[in-house]
Amino acid sequence: MPQLKKKHPLAIRWFHWINFPLLALMIWSGILIYWAYPAYRLALGDFTIARMNLDQTTWRALHVNNRLAEGMALHFFFMWLFGINGLLYVAYTFISGEWRELAPDRHTLRQAWHVVLHDLHIRKEPPPSTKFNGAQKLAYTGVVLMGVGSLLTGLAIYKPVQLSWLTAVFGGYPMARFIHFWLTVGYVAFFIAHIAQVVRAGWNNFRAMVIGYEVVE
Amino acid sequence: MSDELTRLTRRGFLTMGIAAGAGFAGWKWLRTRTPEGGLAWPFRSVLELNESLAEGYFSTSRLSPAFRAADVTRARLNGRLGLKSEIDLDRWRLRIEGAKEPVELTIDDIRALPVREMITELRCIEGWSTIVAWRGARLSDLMARFPPPQQTQYVALETPDRGYYVGLDAGSAMHPQTLLAYEMNGAPLPSLHGAPLRLAIPVKYGIKNIKRIGTLRYTNIRPADFWAERGYDWYAGH
Repeated sequence: MPQLKKKHPLAIRWFHWINFPLLALMIWSGILIYWAYPAYRLALGDFTIARMNLDQTTWRALHVNNRLAEGMALHFFFMWLFGINGLLYVAYTFISGEWRELAPDRHTLRQAWHVVLHDLHIRKEPPPSTKFNGAQKLAYTGVVLMGVGSLLTGLAIYKPVQLSWLTAVFGGYPMARFIHFWLTVGYVAFFIAHIAQVVRAGWNNFRAMVIGYEVVE
Repeated sequence: MSDELTRLTRRGFLTMGIAAGAGFAGWKWLRTRTPEGGLAWPFRSVLELNESLAEGYFSTSRLSPAFRAADVTRARLNGRLGLKSEIDLDRWRLRIEGAKEPVELTIDDIRALPVREMITELRCIEGWSTIVAWRGARLSDLMARFPPPQQTQYVALETPDRGYYVGLDAGSAMHPQTLLAYEMNGAPLPSLHGAPLRLAIPVKYGIKNIKRIGTLRYTNIRPADFWAERGYDWYAGH
């Protein structure tokens, strides 16, 4: 008989759904800033796979051009909300003990590989049904560490003199900016994989992230 | 169970809908506030909050990293604001306003101040950065030689034609790496890099490194700043 089972605590749902528009705003304002100096490329040695740039017609069509000042103002406004929400989320997972469900352990890598094989229909038997499977533990812990990385590299390029020790930790100003950029590309990759998995997992799973309960047989 | 599920689902999605609506309304509100210096005032206020935090932490003893001569990169030119009019270098003077009495200095007067050299990073607000070797006098040495009547809160700098102008907080003006530079990369300043005298201030973004300084003014009223009037952060400090 189907039953309702509590899945996601209220606090985690709020942190998650508040983070979504805030991260979107940080990425979007970051793109407005990046437009002013879109210098990076995806490359293998000297071979350029993709320039991380668009031609001016496309930038214009997307209304991204000539908005550096606005982008910086948005970035340095919403950084507070993004950072505070992220820190509260991490603090909450520690205080509530929820981190135990999320933190990888020595079995996680093997389980994550199992999930990948199962998702690719290579391995039939489903991974053990814990609240978060190995791949999720890696992804959700990884994305939090990326968030820490974004805050720290962000500070390093925001105050490279007063916090020059931090900038030095990341290999200097241009390197800190480079890492800050690629972490953002990482969020986009995370987002795509996340949406694909949510669609695959179905309505019951998605609804649980909104109402907190899932239906179990 | 299904009644309970329906109730929970309705409540959950309703709450989320209201929260999303409130968030969107907040966003619309923020974006439509009266602009101050080309920026809706809530954003301007937060830039100023960030500024007061940065100023509170600022110390003139923290230095921009020094580089070796071999690290110097090709100088990059960005914009000719304030440089569009003709200039007669022989007749150029640096005017100091707001000192005990008005002062006009020649480039030799500036060169007579203790000579400082540094190789530092110039970080443009656009995102690129270069390494530049500077030679000049500390702004703080000039200010000690021609002091304001009382302690000044700000220093305003302008090109002779006032086509470009920046404002500095006193802390950044007094920083030991804030130079009135007359040489870059081992040669006298080229015209488009601000001959005969420009500011090299690694505790700020490139926009504050004003070229071809004509006037320096002590003031306790926050000086106008070219880019701050166009939506940028007035402080723009590192």
